[in-house]
Amino acid sequence: MSTKAVEAKTDPALLAHLYRRAGFGINRDEIDQLATEDYSDTVEFLLNPTAETGIPEDELKRYLGGEAPHAYLAIWLYRMLNSRNQLQEKMALFWHGLFATGLVKNEHILSSSNQIEMFRENGMGEMREILMDLAKDPAMIFWLDNNENHLGEPNENWGRELLELFSLGVGNYSEIDIKHASRAFTGWTFAQSPPLYPHGYYPADFLFREDDHDNGDKEFLGHTGNLDGGDIIDIIVKQPSCAAFISRHLYNFFVADEPQVPTWNDLPPLDPELIDAMCKAFMDSDGEIKSVLRVMFNSDSFKNARFKKVKSPIEMVAGILKLAGEHTDFRHDLAKYPQSSTFTMGQILLDPPTVEGWHTGREWIDGGNLTERINFAVDQVGDGLSPGIKRIIDRLVESGSLSTPESFVDTTLDAMGPISVEDSTREALVDYARKTEVDDDRSRAVRMIRLMVSTPDFQYA
Amino acid sequence: MSDNGNGTKNGSKKPPVLVVLQMTGGNDFMNTLVPFTEGIYYDSRHTVRIDEDRVIPINDKLGFHPAAAPLKEMYDKGDVAIIQGIGYENANRSHFRAMDIMHTAEPLTISTKGWLAQAIQQLDPNGKNVLTGVSFGRGLPRAMAAPGVRVTSVGDLDSYGLMTSVEIKEDRAEAMDIFKRFYTPGIGSGATMSYLKQTGDDVLTGIDRLQEVPGRYESTIEYEDNPIAKSLRDVARTHIAGLGTRIFYVQHAGYDHHAIEMPAHERLLGELSGALRDFMDDLREHDAAEEVIIYAFTEFGRRVQDNGSGTDHGSGGGAFVIGERVEGGLYAEYPSLDPKTFANGEDLAHTFDFRGVYATLLEQWMSVESQDIVKGNYEQLHPFKTA
Repeated sequence: MSTKAVEAKTDPALLAHLYRRAGFGINRDEIDQLATEDYSDTVEFLLNPTAETGIPEDELKRYLGGEAPHAYLAIWLYRMLNSRNQLQEKMALFWHGLFATGLVKNEHILSSSNQIEMFRENGMGEMREILMDLAKDPAMIFWLDNNENHLGEPNENWGRELLELFSLGVGNYSEIDIKHASRAFTGWTFAQSPPLYPHGYYPADFLFREDDHDNGDKEFLGHTGNLDGGDIIDIIVKQPSCAAFISRHLYNFFVADEPQVPTWNDLPPLDPELIDAMCKAFMDSDGEIKSVLRVMFNSDSFKNARFKKVKSPIEMVAGILKLAGEHTDFRHDLAKYPQSSTFTMGQILLDPPTVEGWHTGREWIDGGNLTERINFAVDQVGDGLSPGIKRIIDRLVESGSLSTPESFVDTTLDAMGPISVEDSTREALVDYARKTEVDDDRSRAVRMIRLMVSTPDFQYA
Repeated sequence: MSDNGNGTKNGSKKPPVLVVLQMTGGNDFMNTLVPFTEGIYYDSRHTVRIDEDRVIPINDKLGFHPAAAPLKEMYDKGDVAIIQGIGYENANRSHFRAMDIMHTAEPLTISTKGWLAQAIQQLDPNGKNVLTGVSFGRGLPRAMAAPGVRVTSVGDLDSYGLMTSVEIKEDRAEAMDIFKRFYTPGIGSGATMSYLKQTGDDVLTGIDRLQEVPGRYESTIEYEDNPIAKSLRDVARTHIAGLGTRIFYVQHAGYDHHAIEMPAHERLLGELSGALRDFMDDLREHDAAEEVIIYAFTEFGRRVQDNGSGTDHGSGGGAFVIGERVEGGLYAEYPSLDPKTFANGEDLAHTFDFRGVYATLLEQWMSVESQDIVKGNYEQLHPFKTA
């Protein structure tokens, strides 16, 4: 079947952009198929995960499971590479970055992995549910010491970060609000799971201790009464500042690099109009994240924001692995990518540098990280027989585009994404194509692909 | 503190150089410098212990682990200062957090500014030399990272470069010619793109200079074949090449001995002390030793009581300062073995704040202001010979 026979409704470059942002990439043949559908239908498909994930759950557990962090990282990466519900996977990563919880403190992988599973399940749901789940999540409770938040002896760590980092942002609450919110969460703790050995890992469970809960009157953002944690979250999600804060985080993650979060109180958003539209969707839908995402992905701002974000290390690694081949086998060394490859580029999942999560944008880049990013990408695409690279080369050879240097470069860029590069980069690539004219087609193509993944342009999603 | 790095403070005419060596995982200090007359040591350590007849004594109370014989020889020459009982209040037992604290000198808050990166910023305020700070080994440690500070991170000096997986030399050269055009500074749409291109250009500059290093080096010293020896040899070769590096960083991994500690610790201490001896001999052979010191540290000590096979995370670790201009000997107090003094009832209590050690190294050796880096004034040691 030729894809040419069916008229394309959607620009392939736009679809490639959507899947780089709302997922971890997609191959060029799949784009040809999606191009026959309306863009907004593809967005709806991403927004509504189905049971047909494409993930063989039993085998995944059997071959990659285990009680060590690296086993879970391998499973997580496997889902990024293979799940049909790409946006669901991307949202799990989004919430992990925003509600950054470190395995380093609890050293209990099952609690940390359960938290990520929770983000996967509920990541496009209502903000109220997301925050309620988070407030009852043992990994978060321990990470921010809410198990030390007692009647008469409040610990403000969770109360503060809930407002500052997770929902409203600096400047939208007072120190009094923090104190009273913290009191409202007293007694929200977890039941200690049995020790690891000799029985293996057990999950920890949320536990509400009535006898340790402060039932006194509290004042929070203009509301008074015997507020408990649920009331606090109800109040939070109705604040316009919550809609604005979450919308800006979504924008920064999916659309374009904003300045670092602590400056947000001082610097306006890059695109106030889109943020306003997202806030409206948030308020109109009682804080349903899916509604906010729908507005965002269908906006012209999103469609035009191509290559405006520096790839995070995990986006770089997963994207390259998807480009190079298929990862449906259960290789035991799958964990090396999220453990070692992204580590040398500055990111290990489950190990955020601080409760603030990772700094993004240009802060992903330093000399060492850039060297690692380039060498990793060049190394991974260097085998002309790996399925993904072979697919790209077949496309090139079949199209007959190697005949002129310009068409060689442009067709390769198309087959790899489509992606685009700055004029100066393209000129250099064309000169390279001219130099390698005498070689055999397949090795020429591999060398061109290798060079393309080393460009500054390729550092962007 | 105004003679910013021209070396008058440490008595050498050449600019001072600091090599930081991280013993990753929490070195068992009690089994490195053994308190062989203390009954409680042997009472607490039934399995994971060095018997008195195996210890190499340095005085009538303390002795080195037998595998550290080369270090003992250096100690006898007066080149090793042992800082006993280094730590901080409420020591953190998480590797990651504890290492972070060591890297940022911030026990209470979380910081993104490494202590050495801040020193590099003072040594080279305009970032003129991308090789002022160089880390060898896997990944850039947080100690060497801070926003806006340009440092170089090298996995392996002999294979260092870009596109190293491209095997055919001509292919690689041809690709690199084009690559240089991609990363020409100044042309770029937007601040981040300009920064990216500048960073790529810095990497190329660093590579160009570092790639000459192996070819310029000759030595009669034959290092052993293990990762720390390899990394220290890379430091030696780079230092000898005279590229202006002032701070080096290397890592020796594997000290987290919860189980089967005895053979594993012996191997590591053997590798480390042999590599340190070869490194200093190599520098001496090239008349490049007196301006260099090594600071070897770990993130925490280990539990007093063993667990039958290894030792769990504890506190009260030890550190070493090594070099020709070091005034060898024992510094700070060995942590008390009186159980009443134990931290958490089971750990050695530290006797000297690690930030005072950083201040010592920064001020007295590197002539760098330390107050902003360690956030305050901490008691310093005086482990250097007066010129």
